[in-house]
Amino acid sequence: MDLKLKIWRQKSASERGAFVDYELHDISPDSSFLEMLDVLNEELIGTGEEPVVFDHDCREGICGTCGMYINGRPHGPDDLITVCQLHMRKFNDGDTIVIEPWRARAFPVIKDLMVDRSAFDKLIQESGYVSVNTGNAPDANSIPVEKEKADLSMDAATCIGCGACVAACKNASAMLFVSAKVSHLALLPQGRVEAKRRASNMVAKMDALGFGNCTNTGACEAECPKGIKLTNISRLNREYFKASLF
Amino acid sequence: MTKLDSKIPDGPLDKKWSQYKASQNLVNPANKRKLDIIVVGTGLAGASAAASLAEMGFKVKSFCYQDSPRRAHSIAAQGGINAAKNYPNDGDSIYRLFYDTIKGGDYRSREANVYRLAEVSNNIIDQCVAQGVPFAREYGGTLSNRSFGGALVSRTFYARGQTGQQLLLGAYQAQSRQVKLGNIEMYPRMEMMNLVMVDGKARGIIARDVITGKMKRFSAHAVVLATGGYGNVFFLSTMAMGANVSAAWQSYKKGAAFGNPCYVQIHPTCIPVHGESQSKLTLMSESLRNDGRIWVPKHKEDAERIRKGEITPQDLPEEGRDYYLERRYPAFGNLVPRDVASRAAKERCDAGFGVGTGLAVYLDFKDAIERLGKDTIEAKYGNLFQMYEKITDDNPYETPMMIYPAIHYSMGGLWVDYELQTTIPGLFATGESNFSDHGANRLGASALMQGLADGYFVLPYTIQNYLSSEINTPRFDTDIKEFDEAEKETLERLQKLMNIKGSKSVDSFHKRLGKIMWEYVGMARNKEGLNKAVTEIGKLRDEFYSDLFIPGEFEDLNPELQKASRLADFLELGELMAKDASNREESCGGHFREEYQTEEGEALRDDKKYNYVATWHFRGDSKAPELIKEPLVFEEIEVKQRNYK
Repeated sequence: MDLKLKIWRQKSASERGAFVDYELHDISPDSSFLEMLDVLNEELIGTGEEPVVFDHDCREGICGTCGMYINGRPHGPDDLITVCQLHMRKFNDGDTIVIEPWRARAFPVIKDLMVDRSAFDKLIQESGYVSVNTGNAPDANSIPVEKEKADLSMDAATCIGCGACVAACKNASAMLFVSAKVSHLALLPQGRVEAKRRASNMVAKMDALGFGNCTNTGACEAECPKGIKLTNISRLNREYFKASLF
Repeated sequence: MTKLDSKIPDGPLDKKWSQYKASQNLVNPANKRKLDIIVVGTGLAGASAAASLAEMGFKVKSFCYQDSPRRAHSIAAQGGINAAKNYPNDGDSIYRLFYDTIKGGDYRSREANVYRLAEVSNNIIDQCVAQGVPFAREYGGTLSNRSFGGALVSRTFYARGQTGQQLLLGAYQAQSRQVKLGNIEMYPRMEMMNLVMVDGKARGIIARDVITGKMKRFSAHAVVLATGGYGNVFFLSTMAMGANVSAAWQSYKKGAAFGNPCYVQIHPTCIPVHGESQSKLTLMSESLRNDGRIWVPKHKEDAERIRKGEITPQDLPEEGRDYYLERRYPAFGNLVPRDVASRAAKERCDAGFGVGTGLAVYLDFKDAIERLGKDTIEAKYGNLFQMYEKITDDNPYETPMMIYPAIHYSMGGLWVDYELQTTIPGLFATGESNFSDHGANRLGASALMQGLADGYFVLPYTIQNYLSSEINTPRFDTDIKEFDEAEKETLERLQKLMNIKGSKSVDSFHKRLGKIMWEYVGMARNKEGLNKAVTEIGKLRDEFYSDLFIPGEFEDLNPELQKASRLADFLELGELMAKDASNREESCGGHFREEYQTEEGEALRDDKKYNYVATWHFRGDSKAPELIKEPLVFEEIEVKQRNYK
């Protein structure tokens, strides 16, 4: 396949960035999107230029490291996958592909397509856990958990923290991310104990970190590579409501 | 000559660990506050250790090269975690898990370590459930189990096909809680480049800030490496792109012995290679072998017609299929251990029965779908099937998956004693970065078990035996000559790479190293090939140091420099792996020497000569490393040939 690429290049957080055009030839439709970028980078290195910087690690859609806007969509045109799982067969020969970093106040650009998502870690540090020390746990089967609830909890827990929800949201809200963690833990008896504290602390922290509010557009759910549902946001709202009332 | 002391406690096997804990030295709470511990790596072993040590009251500094500790590659483990709970009432016990692990490792691991691993396995499940890990459950609310290779019981706990992710998030959250409480200082995007020794003890690290490219110094009373495996020496593997051996390798060069470097695991069920631009291989969980049946065409002509696209696998009637694992190993069938399954696939493909590109076999769910229904299969493996379809564009509900073996795990690693301490005092190694528990082959669902056993339940105890003698060492500054020297040495090493200013990219060298390793130090090895590997790697290393090109600035975010410094270490490790494989003139587990096999093509051990851990000691760049053997003593188990028939 032959491709035209328009890629956001930005030297550092403090410098202005711009789109730069590149052309690529003979890309295999079986290669992944990041492998296509590898080919581009090898060509750039061959001409002495600096390669395009992008975050990536596991390349199997689970670590949540990669993420970029491709033709106006987080993680590109295919549903329920991350960029590293996107394959070139989803594009056509001769296509122009526009590639940009996540854009959100809470995720400043570091270089090119790489952004700083440490705000997500700060959110988890704010009560996104069960306060239990190592040792002393009771036998794993001592507290039965309804299968349906365990399954719903697992649905929410599959969030990979990639930030697509924030990038997709016009308000750059982190509601889907926070609600996934609140739901994962609130649905289990082990996490129920601290559910109220968790919901109110995480919501307050979300505001403090510069994430926007939720206006229910649903863009986050539509673009989430793991299919995290909006119902989690409803659950977060209920938990938050309970926390502030009682 | 360095003396190896494995420090295995006296007493009967099942009492060693409890007696050790009862008699070891501990550190009192007031002193814990005064002691700093560096933990490098935030996978299962690192995050669980950091969290547990911080909960105990130590001050922890935690490092990872990723942008967040949650992204360490433990997250990609799919199938599950073993424990001897015996919830399914199928006859499991601590002893049986211990026995299966020793046998699975082809009798090349330490009895005492493995027994301890089996002993604490049950605590891990309890701990993870308490943290809110959403394991799969039965309708009655109890935990669900499934089977993995090398076992006749169902002892694997799982969270769909994302068990590693859920366990890691549990440990990451525990760690995040300690960050919030001020007991852990977290340093993401900070890559360890060197170990700092003061008076013969590990006292700190030099790390490179990935964003600014600047060197940073960190001091501590002990250093724990939880830096994972070295599969990326093969370029193509199931490892994350950034996974590397550098922290372990630089420690080796400072005096830590490296144990059994030739033991790497080749996982039988990975998606086959598609072409030259391929950057990594994707695993399909071993759990699929519970329901999938592995086969190739019985007749070469059919295999050839399938490769040419003249017929599809569905066209082939039952009698035209060779379910070779079920045929060769009727007792374990498709659930033989990984090394056995991988070699059997290679044997069929080398003999001309492969499908796809010729380097692939089928993993077929047709019978399982007929027996259990598509919905059940989807509930069990849905995300894996989806992952397969996204990568290959084939629908595994309709056509069998194609799989082929790929590099997956390193059983070898830094040598540690029973306390997980390396041959450098104060330097500990946990999880995949140490050599300890899996012998020559790891069983499925045991990596997660070992990582968490080390981090939650072993290291936090054993490290105190060391730290109890450090309570009078005050916190110290990093502006001392040992740090100056280590930083200077690191800067010079990296400057040297920047200054080559040749013409070839890092990846072009890495791919060539990978090809040498896969060809000569991969699934089947022989003396001649291993000698050739040593020569070829040497030549490649010379070319690397004369013709490498790294664009960009030294003190800047520079991924090429980062990759180059990791590759420089892989180029040395690869040679040591070949030497170790050449030295071991027997076949065992993942190490298969073509000269040493039974008439039926099974691995043939030589227990008289090679019943030892090979530990390698660095003696300088221009000198050959020294081999020191740790004999393996089996008191409990009768050593015999593995039999899965």
